[in-house]
Amino acid sequence: MTPVAAKMKRGDSTDGGAASALGSRLSRIDGPAKIKGQARYGLEHHPANMAYAVIVQSTIPSGHIRAIDSKPAEAAPGVLLVITPDNVMPLKPITTWTGAPSSDKPYLALTREINFTGQHVAAVIAETFEQASEAAGLLRIDYEEKESIPSYDDPKSGAGNPLDAMAVAWGDAGRAFAEAPVRIEQTYRTPREYNVPIEPHGLVAEWQGDMLTVWEPSQWVNFMIHNYAEWYGLPDEKVRLISPYVGGGFGSKAFALGHGAIATMAAKMLNRPVKLAVTRPQTFTAFGGRPATRQTLSLGATKEGNLLSIVQKGANETSVDGVWVEPLASVTALMYATPNLSARQNIVPVNTVTPCALRAPGENPSAWGIECAIDELSYEVGIDPVAIRLLNYAEEDPHAKKPWSTRRLREAYEEGAKAFGWAKRNPKPRSMRDGHHLIGWGVAAGTYPVRRTAGEALVRIFADGRAEVASSGIDMGQGTYTILAQTAAEAIGMPVEQIEVKLGDSALPGAPVAGGSQLANLMTGAVHKAATAARDELIGLAINDPKSPFRELQANTLSIADGVISPPRGGESMSIAELLRRLGRDKIEVQRDTLPENANSAADKLATYNTITRMRSPTDGDYSLHAWCVHFIEVRVDEDFGTVRVSRVVSALDSGRLYNPKLAESQWKGGIIMGIGQALLEEGLVDPRQGRVINNNLGDYLIATNADIPDIEVISVGVPDFHASALGGKAVGELGIVGVAPAIANAVYHATGKRIRELPITLEKLLGD
Amino acid sequence: MRAFDYRRAGDRAEALSIARTETARYLGGGTNLVDLMRQNIEAPAALVDVSRLPGLIEDTPTGGLMIGAAVRNSVVAAHPAVRARYPMLSRAILAGASAQIRNMATVGGNILQRTRCAYFYDAAGSHCNKREPGAGCDAIEGFNRYHAIFGASEHCIATHPSDMCVALAALGATVHLAGAGGERNVPLLDLHRLPGDHPEIETILRPGELITAIELAPSEAAANSGYRKVRDRSSYAFALVSVAAGLGLAAGKIEDVRIAMGGVAAKPWRAARAEQVLRGQVPTRERFREAADTELAAAKAFDGNEFKVELAKRTIVAMLSELAGTEA
Ligand SMILES: Cc1cc2nc3c(=O)[nH]c(=O)nc-3n(C[C@H](O)[C@H](O)[C@H](O)COP(=O)(O)OP(=O)(O)OC[C@H]3O[C@@H](n4cnc5c(N)ncnc54)[C@H](O)[C@@H]3O)c2cc1C
Ligand code: SF4
Repeated sequence: MTPVAAKMKRGDSTDGGAASALGSRLSRIDGPAKIKGQARYGLEHHPANMAYAVIVQSTIPSGHIRAIDSKPAEAAPGVLLVITPDNVMPLKPITTWTGAPSSDKPYLALTREINFTGQHVAAVIAETFEQASEAAGLLRIDYEEKESIPSYDDPKSGAGNPLDAMAVAWGDAGRAFAEAPVRIEQTYRTPREYNVPIEPHGLVAEWQGDMLTVWEPSQWVNFMIHNYAEWYGLPDEKVRLISPYVGGGFGSKAFALGHGAIATMAAKMLNRPVKLAVTRPQTFTAFGGRPATRQTLSLGATKEGNLLSIVQKGANETSVDGVWVEPLASVTALMYATPNLSARQNIVPVNTVTPCALRAPGENPSAWGIECAIDELSYEVGIDPVAIRLLNYAEEDPHAKKPWSTRRLREAYEEGAKAFGWAKRNPKPRSMRDGHHLIGWGVAAGTYPVRRTAGEALVRIFADGRAEVASSGIDMGQGTYTILAQTAAEAIGMPVEQIEVKLGDSALPGAPVAGGSQLANLMTGAVHKAATAARDELIGLAINDPKSPFRELQANTLSIADGVISPPRGGESMSIAELLRRLGRDKIEVQRDTLPENANSAADKLATYNTITRMRSPTDGDYSLHAWCVHFIEVRVDEDFGTVRVSRVVSALDSGRLYNPKLAESQWKGGIIMGIGQALLEEGLVDPRQGRVINNNLGDYLIATNADIPDIEVISVGVPDFHASALGGKAVGELGIVGVAPAIANAVYHATGKRIRELPITLEKLLGD
Repeated sequence: MRAFDYRRAGDRAEALSIARTETARYLGGGTNLVDLMRQNIEAPAALVDVSRLPGLIEDTPTGGLMIGAAVRNSVVAAHPAVRARYPMLSRAILAGASAQIRNMATVGGNILQRTRCAYFYDAAGSHCNKREPGAGCDAIEGFNRYHAIFGASEHCIATHPSDMCVALAALGATVHLAGAGGERNVPLLDLHRLPGDHPEIETILRPGELITAIELAPSEAAANSGYRKVRDRSSYAFALVSVAAGLGLAAGKIEDVRIAMGGVAAKPWRAARAEQVLRGQVPTRERFREAADTELAAAKAFDGNEFKVELAKRTIVAMLSELAGTEA
């Protein structure tokens, strides 16, 4: 890490500490390497003698392969190997992230049975990428097509499978709704959405004997090596995964996937390194994005706007051969105080790749429903949209019936409204305009739970004055490198520029998934613990070692700041480096984990880092732990064309303590930007005839461009929450997107008088009368 | 992508002679052709790079402007004479693609860029008559939000995606061509073909024919002109509907009017009927609407693009109102 960025610090620490300390606005220390092109991503690692694999995907949505003629492809120039269902290497079944076995049958990365269009059916490996691509086009695949279910809007899909175990209910919601003086009942829908990280998926795989090395972007290094190890019947130590940088994942890079199996087996079959980069179009079916969701919400209320009942009936698409639940009640059952609630959800199997996590799975579509519905209710009873939310404010977790650890949502409404100028809002739809633009102001709240898993870190202090922090946890742009350097710098008392952070390598101490917005909290906790222990060891040496000038002094009297150890009340001080040299030590090395003391065996560690079984729920304990936010959004709708542009965003967010406000703000803003795209642009267009995602590229799958994004003001209203995490932070990464789409839809209603209940809000939905 | 030969032509004669001897394609900025080659939708045996042929923007003796085919889109858009005398052309170009693409793209390549129909691009599994004659057209009963409302056939309903060409159509530009049989000029409006029975044949160009320049005639209406593009996002998106228009007024009446639409047909669509309604009239919003209604009366929409008919009308009215200073 270069010290350049660290010197450009702003120094406006929220904790009043040193300019580089935890809580200060230090710029990303990995930034310069990325800007200069020196940061090497997984797919940029090219070992000698590397071959290239190209995947071929099915062109039918359902059925089976009668035959594959791979002879022309095999005969093409440069081709080394063609893998089809006929010669695919059967791998052993893996343990899933929930700790359950996936199957008792071998895992086949390629099968003759086809369950969705875009399923991998073959791979061609050649000397060059061009040769492999050319030969991939020569495969002759004879399909027998069966009837398929393209989406849950197809009558053949039926109502799907109820998830009774996930149903939430208290009171008698059905009756309370039926008897309520004011009733709202509407259906809210979101389309299939895709992760589209700018760094595509793929890997470089190399075997040396029975040792497998994989260079692959990963949000969860430990789980992925475990996947690879189980496939090949190896102990985890025989697999190394290296993922120092990740170009975004948004939930899609946590598992070893089919292409990983294909590349590693090809490397084994050919006994040479193989690179497999999934093409952008292929990424739309190589792993799942957010499933389509629909939910009917029935709100019953008094004439004064007090909620009496919430009834939710939801559904999300899943695949015919896998289960993905997008928990639609996660915000519905949390946000408001209501005496009666019922939330039920079905999953509807259709011919698609199994959906998966996309930034705030569950909370995102859940907030879309309830935050639109409450806005509709506010108009029905004639109350300001902020006021109705405060009227129904939940003083405790209405579901778990536990107190919030912290919930600075009132403060968020207050500060956000003030900064936005909400008080000047004329509630009447179509009451504000600027020339051809109808202007609308909308509000919506969001929340994301605090998830807690233990972690582990290694801290080394060297005799040359440097220190090192190491973990297999990863940085996909959210700032792990930076905040861990800050944590160690503060705990030891060293300048942050002297600290090198090593991440994303399975050879380093283990970490759970960088998902669920948990990594910053758990890793700062582990690094703080290890670095504090290293500092204690240093002090112990200083007062005990005969060669130390401080040996006469008592414990707790020495201080360390800026890498210098000082005795109390003046006297000779000495740098850490100098002391270690005098003592003849080349380093101090400390490894610590944050597992419970009675459950930190090797097996406990594996369960912690390789599954989510040790992740504590937000309500495990005496409190209910969540981060909160409110978005105030202004839109301009062109009256002639129906085009919607977001012109102003003010969001107030409670993520507890911010370890680095600059980076946390960037995460929030990134979420808000993604939310703007979700509200106005993003939609997978799946042709019901062939099941093809026809906009499977970044030219046609529209996400927001710079020109679509106004200045975004984010306000932190959080306070340190030590129930939530060791150092007081709550969730950051997934919070920002939650509530953005409903705030925009509510603003569009205010601008136009039209309620759009199906995302995205495209112009034709507003053009009609 | 298939292997191919690459040749850079030093001058026009060399370009023509290479193109004659091989199954070659001309290469401008490559921003469209190379993408299509990557998808194996185009697979020429050779590329003849014409992007370094002398490219100038010069006044013509009659007071018009001659723009070389190799001139980059960004250069055309920024040229003082274009901005002053043909502002709609400058605005149309700047409304397209991204700065990086406009810096690469040439005038010739822009004119001959191919449709953005998603099924055309999806060579891995969609049916498309333009890509594979006789294969069928998946767009007609599929996603056709971006597709044509004028001039479509039962074989293809794709649109031409260029913004620049919409302005050129409104301006009545002339395309200068050179080929084995010598040179010829054709009106831009006649260059692109409607799909008919052969959507794979998109222009009237003969094999090996090279676009050498675009000629713009002097025009009063062109000086008071503009471009409106309606799209899903603010940048880097193709037009759902666009309108290039110019308005020449004399004594409070419309003397000259030029209107063309983009995103509605396989070629830039000159709104001749609307122009006819307006000529000699007093410019009012009501007249503009009447003109738009007249033009769009012949529109035929599909399931996914019905909104385009009303949107096109509103875009015409908004553009003309802006030019006439009659904005509500
Ligand atoms: C992501 C993206 C977004 C875009 N958005 C827009 C948009 O919003 N609006 C818009 O208008 N365009 C848009 N474009 C398209 C862009 O304008 C075209 O790709 C560009 O104008 C093509 O010019 P080129 O010189 O690169 O052509 P090339 O790709 O080099 O060539 C295109 C075709 O023209 C032929 N050709 C080139 N020069 C000559 C010549 N002198 N004589 C005969 N034939 C010739 C080639 O053989 C080829 O068939 C976009 C493109 C991309 C990739
Ligand atoms: S509209 Fe034309 S380009 Fe599109 S699929 Fe049909 S034939 Fe092909």
